[in-house]
Amino acid sequence: MNQTTATFATTFSITLNGEPRQVAPRTSLADFIAATGQPPQALSTAINGDFVARESRAGRELLDGDAIFTFQPITGG
Amino acid sequence: MTFHIADTVLQSRFFLGTAGYPSPLVLQTAIAAAGTQVVTVGLKRQLSQGGAPNDFYAMIQATGARLLPNTAGCRTAREAVTLAHMARELFGTHWIKLEVVGDEYTLQPDPFELVQAASELVRAGFEVFPYCTDDLVTCQRLLDAGCRILMPWGAPIGSGQGLLNPHALRTLRARLPDVPLIVDAGIGSPRDAVQAMELGFDAVLLNSAVAQAHDPVAMARAFKLGIEAGRIAYEAGIMARQDMAVPSTPVTGRPFVL
Repeated sequence: MNQTTATFATTFSITLNGEPRQVAPRTSLADFIAATGQPPQALSTAINGDFVARESRAGRELLDGDAIFTFQPITGG
Repeated sequence: MTFHIADTVLQSRFFLGTAGYPSPLVLQTAIAAAGTQVVTVGLKRQLSQGGAPNDFYAMIQATGARLLPNTAGCRTAREAVTLAHMARELFGTHWIKLEVVGDEYTLQPDPFELVQAASELVRAGFEVFPYCTDDLVTCQRLLDAGCRILMPWGAPIGSGQGLLNPHALRTLRARLPDVPLIVDAGIGSPRDAVQAMELGFDAVLLNSAVAQAHDPVAMARAFKLGIEAGRIAYEAGIMARQDMAVPSTPVTGRPFVL
């Protein structure tokens, strides 16, 4: 039983811009963004519709079911 | 031609959008031809693979123009507030063109969500440029919420229909004489921009009319001249219309009739 629980807890599900992803427990948003290979200052982030400032990403651990959104600059009217 | 807006002195009354140009080079050249000092930009949710290299942003920064990010695509105050915070971080400016659309067909702003979002953003330290309708009471509520600038539409976004309700715009100017007013959206030709400026509006914001021209750079220059002409005419004082002819040459009756 304990072994099953440990296996279950190795990863959990989140979404990145609508795409399902698996992440390990205690992964911060900063870790997750770094793993995408993008410079952290090149994008802005929100989780579950709430803005997460760049300086707060390291302190925001991802949770099961989190919906992460990343935005970049584009042209606009 | 200088004017003050949001604690800033600008030489140009021409705000230009950056979307839909044939190429980044054309956009860059159009910005220069327009003489604009404020350009609008946007944010886009990334694809799952992450962002593509973004040369556009570096090019826009190189123009030296101030950035006015928008909240295009938002349908609720909550969405707009979140996106505005993301824009402030990404673009490094507290200026925000607040768009909250209430109707898919006309892209008409939702006044209720707009006022709510404006109120929250002003409290959070933003300089809010609300894209709104020409409804006077909505505009007054936006001012009550702490907005210092208003950007009423001339016509629906991208329609190029010009100023559909000059009476409403004239009313705004008359009732809000000290508020910077910028006509945003619906401008189709330089004629429309001249009209807006002759009505006493402080500036004009447009995008499609330049970007979709056969020659965007030439059209940017045409708008620049039109906006300047309209403003100078407004300051010079436009003569009152008369119902009937009024002779301008000071002759004495008919030349050969005593």
